[in-house]
Amino acid sequence: MSMLSRIQVPAQARRGDVVPIRIAIQHPMETGYRPDNFGRRITKNVINTLTCRYNGVEVFRAEMGSGVSANPQLQFYVRVEAGGEFVFDWVDDSGQRGSERALIAVTG
Amino acid sequence: MLLAFGLFAAQLPKPAPKSGLAYAGADVRSLQADDFGNPGMLWVARGEKLWNMPAGRSNQSCASCHRDAQVTMKGVAARYPAVDVKNRSLLNLEGRINQCRESNQGAEGFRYESEELLSLTAYVAHQSRGMQLRVEITDFNRAHFERGRDTYYRRQGQMNLACTHCHERNADRKLLADTISEGHGNAYPIYRLEWQSAGSLHRRLRACYFGVRAEQPAAGSAELIDLELYLAWRAQGLPVETPGVRR
Repeated sequence: MSMLSRIQVPAQARRGDVVPIRIAIQHPMETGYRPDNFGRRITKNVINTLTCRYNGVEVFRAEMGSGVSANPQLQFYVRVEAGGEFVFDWVDDSGQRGSERALIAVTG
Repeated sequence: MLLAFGLFAAQLPKPAPKSGLAYAGADVRSLQADDFGNPGMLWVARGEKLWNMPAGRSNQSCASCHRDAQVTMKGVAARYPAVDVKNRSLLNLEGRINQCRESNQGAEGFRYESEELLSLTAYVAHQSRGMQLRVEITDFNRAHFERGRDTYYRRQGQMNLACTHCHERNADRKLLADTISEGHGNAYPIYRLEWQSAGSLHRRLRACYFGVRAEQPAAGSAELIDLELYLAWRAQGLPVETPGVRR
């Protein structure tokens, strides 16, 4: 199964509003320090980069390491001047990619 | 005298059982209360996808027969484990889901504790959130109930402890730095921070068996399902919290 994620973007806002954007991704965020049941080290596999673009412009970027918990959840704020689309893209150490998008309508 | 007390204690559940949530810190409680922040909701979301995904020879999804889970699955988790009328066996939610897959969808059952089974169970149980646990002990399930109760009061393992010694007689007291909870299963499957994952009640029960250094029954085994029935009876009146968050 592909990587599962949930995002929370307000459906609508007024021009100039600062809106909270949240994303949660189901991912083990394997640190690379844990041994398996046979004592072998489990290969590190974390979501190393996550970006969020708003109408094509990058508004948020996170570079994560092994200190971030499993199933990470991120929240940030964006000032919206015009309606459009938030597009999230991320990639983990194994090369698996994920993507999520949401529309926001801006009035006023 | 002790035996008489033990039997008396087994007659009726405590009038006001206390959910494990009451023992959690403010951070864990707020995480569970936040429907977006609660990491268990990721499993619920995956369960919803699986609910609508056709599977097996029948090429039918859960939704093909059961339609909208928000309607048809409401209250189900509050009365499980339940006896299957056809083959008279006691099934918990996980067992019921797998039985439906095998006999109706023509698909293979999911492995216990697999992401798929956890997700579907969490999705189904989530539909009963806020409803009070209410299993009824009838002639159909009384034998299971009594076996579960016997397990609850049976000393076992190198520590020679029964469930009751911690979770009934010493609940609210300290075990090292921890406060011992009453050990209710009303929030399962839960997201446990220690596991960094969601997990089933049976995973948690097996951890308790490990703690008292007893031989662990397999997840999904008859012994654990009987115990699950006794625990559900003991916790009656508590609301379903699925997906719960615990330390």
